[in-house]
Amino acid sequence: MSCLLAVWLAVVLSGIQAVDRSNFKTCIQSSFCKRMRDVVPGHSPYRALLETLELSNTRLTLQLINDNNKVRLLLELYRLQGNMTRLKINELKPLRPRFEVPDVLIADPPTEPLSLVSQDEGGVVLSLGADARHLVVSARPFRLDIVEGPHVLLSVNSRGLLAFEHQRPRKDTSSENDSEEVEAEEDAEDQNYEKEEDQADMWEETFKSHTDSKPNGPTAISMDFSLPGVEHVYGIPEHAENLRLKTTDGHDPYRLYNLDVFQYELYNPMALYGSVPVLLSHSTQRTMGIFWLNAAETWVDISSKAAENTDSVQAPSKVAQTDVRWISESGIIDVFIMLGPKPTDVFAQYASLTGTQSFPPLFALGYHQCRWNYKDQEDVRSVDQGFDDHDIPYDFIWLDIEHADGKRYFTWDPAHFSQPREMLQGLVDKRRKMVAIVDPHIKVDSGYRVHKEIRSKNLYVKNKDGGDYEGWCWPGTSGYPDFTNPEMRSWWASMFAYDQYEGSMENLYIWNDMNEPSVFNGPEVTMHKDALHGSWEHRDIHNLYGLYVQMATADGLIQRSGGVERPFVLARAFFAGSQRYGAVWTGDNAAEWSHLKISIPMCLSLGLVGISFCGADVGGFFKSPSSELLVRWYQTGAYQPFFRAHAHLDTPRREPWLFGPENTALIREAVRQRYALLPYWYLLFYKAHGTGQPVMRPLWVEYPEDVTTFTIDDEYLLGRDLLVHPVTDEGSKEVTVYLPGTGGVWYDAFTFQRHEGGQNLYVPVTMSSIPVFQRGGSIIPRKNRIRRSSSCMEKDPYTLYVALSPQGTAEGELYIDDGHTFNYEQKKQFVHRRFIFADSTLSSSNISPDSQFSTASWVERVLILGAHKPSSVTLKTSGGSVASLEFDFDEATSVLTVHKPGVNAGADWTLLFQW
Amino acid sequence: MQHNVNWLQALLVLSLSVTLGWTVEVQRPRGVPLTKRQFYDEAKPFTCLDGSRTIPFDRVNDDYCDCKDGSDEPGTAACPNGSFHCTNAGYRPTFIPSSRINDGICDCCDGTDEYNSGASCQNTCKELGRKEREALQKLAEITKEGFLLKQQLIEEAKKGQQEKQSRLSELQDSRKGHEDKVEALRTVKETAEQPEKEAKERHLKAWEEHKAALRLEKEKAKMAEVFLELDDNADGFVDVSELQTHQELDPDGDGTLTDTEAQGLLGGAHKVDSTEFMNMWSNMKEKYVSEVCPPTPSSYDSSHDEQKDSTSDKDQERDLDKDPDSVYPEDDLDEDAAGEDDEDDDDDDDHQVSLLFCIATPFIQPHHIFLSQQYICVCVYQRQYKIFMYTLSTVSSVCERERWCLLCNAALLPFSFRALEKEISFDFGPSSEFAYLYSQCYELTTNEYIYRLCPFNRVSQKPKYGGSETSLGSWGSWSGPEDNKYSVMKYEHGMGCWQGPNRSTTVKLTCGKETAVVSTSEPSRCEYLMEFTTPAVCLEPPNIDTQVHDEF
Repeated sequence: MSCLLAVWLAVVLSGIQAVDRSNFKTCIQSSFCKRMRDVVPGHSPYRALLETLELSNTRLTLQLINDNNKVRLLLELYRLQGNMTRLKINELKPLRPRFEVPDVLIADPPTEPLSLVSQDEGGVVLSLGADARHLVVSARPFRLDIVEGPHVLLSVNSRGLLAFEHQRPRKDTSSENDSEEVEAEEDAEDQNYEKEEDQADMWEETFKSHTDSKPNGPTAISMDFSLPGVEHVYGIPEHAENLRLKTTDGHDPYRLYNLDVFQYELYNPMALYGSVPVLLSHSTQRTMGIFWLNAAETWVDISSKAAENTDSVQAPSKVAQTDVRWISESGIIDVFIMLGPKPTDVFAQYASLTGTQSFPPLFALGYHQCRWNYKDQEDVRSVDQGFDDHDIPYDFIWLDIEHADGKRYFTWDPAHFSQPREMLQGLVDKRRKMVAIVDPHIKVDSGYRVHKEIRSKNLYVKNKDGGDYEGWCWPGTSGYPDFTNPEMRSWWASMFAYDQYEGSMENLYIWNDMNEPSVFNGPEVTMHKDALHGSWEHRDIHNLYGLYVQMATADGLIQRSGGVERPFVLARAFFAGSQRYGAVWTGDNAAEWSHLKISIPMCLSLGLVGISFCGADVGGFFKSPSSELLVRWYQTGAYQPFFRAHAHLDTPRREPWLFGPENTALIREAVRQRYALLPYWYLLFYKAHGTGQPVMRPLWVEYPEDVTTFTIDDEYLLGRDLLVHPVTDEGSKEVTVYLPGTGGVWYDAFTFQRHEGGQNLYVPVTMSSIPVFQRGGSIIPRKNRIRRSSSCMEKDPYTLYVALSPQGTAEGELYIDDGHTFNYEQKKQFVHRRFIFADSTLSSSNISPDSQFSTASWVERVLILGAHKPSSVTLKTSGGSVASLEFDFDEATSVLTVHKPGVNAGADWTLLFQW
Repeated sequence: MQHNVNWLQALLVLSLSVTLGWTVEVQRPRGVPLTKRQFYDEAKPFTCLDGSRTIPFDRVNDDYCDCKDGSDEPGTAACPNGSFHCTNAGYRPTFIPSSRINDGICDCCDGTDEYNSGASCQNTCKELGRKEREALQKLAEITKEGFLLKQQLIEEAKKGQQEKQSRLSELQDSRKGHEDKVEALRTVKETAEQPEKEAKERHLKAWEEHKAALRLEKEKAKMAEVFLELDDNADGFVDVSELQTHQELDPDGDGTLTDTEAQGLLGGAHKVDSTEFMNMWSNMKEKYVSEVCPPTPSSYDSSHDEQKDSTSDKDQERDLDKDPDSVYPEDDLDEDAAGEDDEDDDDDDDHQVSLLFCIATPFIQPHHIFLSQQYICVCVYQRQYKIFMYTLSTVSSVCERERWCLLCNAALLPFSFRALEKEISFDFGPSSEFAYLYSQCYELTTNEYIYRLCPFNRVSQKPKYGGSETSLGSWGSWSGPEDNKYSVMKYEHGMGCWQGPNRSTTVKLTCGKETAVVSTSEPSRCEYLMEFTTPAVCLEPPNIDTQVHDEF
């Protein structure tokens, strides 16, 4: 859902987008953005005071001085384990402490020793360990360069855009003499200082009818980063934008400020529901990342140019360079530079800081049926029955805001959902689940327990005058729990206990919507920046609020099961680290082909910055899809991580069987493909959880030296082994699929036709086509007995799809556990197998010998793609038994099907092929 | 191995079924219906039922799919397109998709689908069978009674249909007569009133200047009317005998208008046409008295034939000549109203209109200076439950009132005609068994709303506690499935929804003794569903007893 009060109009005139951003700020309308952006590249006023340098084993500190106003800053540099550098800048003597983002890093990042290589009056050189990697600190002006051998990897403040608005007393109201303040001493000498004070909007600014009182005055920060040799940068979600970020010269920077945007527009830099301030750079040489740890409103400028190549002693040449500038409204500069060098290294580096994707219960990877709103229990029952009648599997049915009594979350509408347990039991009986929405705005109603308790515990966010902050949202006047407060989070978590959340059961999971937070009558449909979370302003923590909501909810679901069950929580707003708490979706999209298309780059961008469990509302939230669009969306959604259909209250019903038998069959087939591949999805999530590698990947992640892949965002990889090119154009008769990897091969996942890698493949499509390819050299397990829900398929056997490389080899993995508890982690109860096909032998071996789990599943069938006909196939089991197996060989497709090895999926075994 | 169901055991299951108190044992592979038993002979290799392949019999139900049609695995989930037969003794046997075998969910009431999943399924077949029998029995009773009622409805509809047909032809006749006369009046009048119309459009001053000329025109018109009035046989000539009906024209005052005298008035001719008559008129006009008011007719039809042409004020005629829409400016006898856009019309349009009474009362129109005494004539009608009136101004004499009522009634004819025609044209089902629903409305009150279904007309919803009515659709069509078209009614083009479609209602008809709306819901935004019971859909109950059929 979205705030209906916000209106967003766009007019496209002769190719120029003229957008009425009446509800949302542009950079110019956000005073700090304007002030910071007015700083132009040039000589930086900042100078490093080398005499203040202190180097301990783990960190370097150094004071910086702004020669214009003599304000001193403190720079801290850390060399972190795993090839990262952290850089922090704060005021040396701040009037008040500045906000440093808590709860995002999973731990204090472990450091490694920094050693001084050389020092002179121009600066110092520090060693960053191996590969002749150095950190060069230049003093005048202040600048940092990270170099590797002769190559500059990244420079900081090379364009002189470091700016740090120090805190200051308010001139018109303050009469005290703060003689100890540095700037006060220098006051008389410096005229620029006076000029600074005169700038408008520093102490108060008004946007539309909302005035932001800024009692702490200007506190913005800005910093530039240069990336020589880089032409492609990615990340900083959430934007409705292509995968590859565009330069922002001449228009607004990309904005990161969690907002409830009504009917968002595509291909522009406006802020959306979530923010992850992580930017990735990629070239054939190296992949790196910049993590700007700041939760305030943030803008990111990107520009590119051809720079002088000063790297080498040879004749200077032009190389591409991308420059990035970060601007935030408050807090400190706290930056993690992740040096890669490979994409997988950057993912691992970022994961080591903020954690990995939570490992969802297996059923959360199934299909989710949602709508605003299933009206009553009978409606739920009949939709559930509809899936059985039409033989379409699903795992979750969802209830939106109308299910609660007057939008009082944690309650049930007495007229329409009077017997929630009965309803949930009905789903238990079908081995299915439900998700109910619990939003973080609480109806102000003295008869509502949740409100009463939060108020009596004094846990609401406060307005600037100290009273409980109130805004409008779905229930009318609402309070907003202060989720930054651990006490609030812990109380919230306790609300999910079965005896607290009346009517809830084990198969009820949670959806946190509106957690930007959405405030219908607030500035930009969100909370006033001068609202207070304890001693911090909302300004400081804004982008973090949504993460805390999801964190507290996920904790609640874990706690209600006594720490046994894995939670599933969907949230709309997110921040760096949100991956640890559940899934996100791309918010209130629309039933338009363009929205289907953009779901790919939007989820790819999130995957690059750790959030793998991403999806878009299948069918589109607003408006009503044509049956063609709906079918194509199911086909696309079936191959995206979070697979949920959703629709606005005012749209006609669109359960999969309402579009005629033909379309029902097409949708059924797409959903069935999803279920067949659940073992692969589960493995990918297990690995994402373990390593931070994204589930849904841009092609360049696996083919980092193939420049063709750098801008592709209409197709993607699932893991390494499946390439998906969904049909996202109306009336498509063909798609052109780029198959990467020269010298390799790909197999059509359904016809098993073999195609060479490194080519654009023209693929004719019909309405039933979903172009999916399996990489030659991979082994993918599927479960081909599609049942009502994923739980029903738990004990079913596997079919292994062995796609041979041109060298006749293949490799793959299988992961099995109970599907829903933490026992895999706490008790090592899981099966993790490696399958290797080489030298005419397919073997299954244990990757994790210390794990233990017994599965009922077995191996039903093995398909060898790209094979030739063997004379015999022999199965050897660990017990030493040897059996000859029956097989079929299809000459036309070169597919060898081995019948019924019948071995347990957790066992060691070998198949021997005699050719 | 764990997966290895003891399939040898599973292969041959003992099927127990109880019917009529005797027990049989039939051995066959799990999931095979009796009817296909002969294809599964354990002594022979098994040939897939599609003939595609033959396999050793021990591979039937071995949890591996060999046949493309799934026929080798009737009792396991191995084939994606297989199906499992539940014997369900005591209830109805059924097939379930193979994917529901051993999925932990009890699908067959005898629990046979969950033989190796750990799910503990109760055998609920007997209970279900009992319940179903009870329900069927109840249904049979309802059907039986309902079907009897339906026969009556068909009988009534037959009679009603005949009545309507004959009334329609009557109306057709009278309409014809009426149309002829109105046409005649119109021709005369058009020539006469054109100049006045034009003049009236001008300023009042100009109007005054033309007054004299207009008087002349008026005179001409009057003359034309008289001509028409005199021309009793409507042959376009006024002859001596026709003139003799007006004894007041007697020139010598002896009270008798002789042939000679009449011929003299006609300028010596035996008969004159209207042009010639114009010259004669001045001799007659002083004396001429319009024909007397005919007796007040009780209905148009009974008086029509005696009706004689008579003089009339042209204002009256003008109004009569207008299309029905403007003749009845206050009411809703809208030609196009039938189920189309104007919702308020719908209720009444399909009903015949009857004239209750006419009165005339003196009325002075200040601006019509050339007209002396006027009467306002009010005709009061009834249409279904609604009383409405048509006010007609400027009737020049009380006696004309009588004629007016007559004409009012005549003007109503097209409406009665159309309504009847429409009613007759409705598809009231194969035996017109739904005809009784026409003109009726049925209501259902829920927590919040009162729903109203007027079959073949409209569906509406009104808040229980005040608030305006919302149209949920007007009669669209029968829209049941091809083989059962009369099971669903569709009402469309109701009030529009915000950002959504126009409201529409689907009415599902089920057999019942009562005619009633039994439930309403809104399965999708602005798409309503009503359940409606009526004897008219009750099918003839089968002669044989409706017993639950057990397998053998």
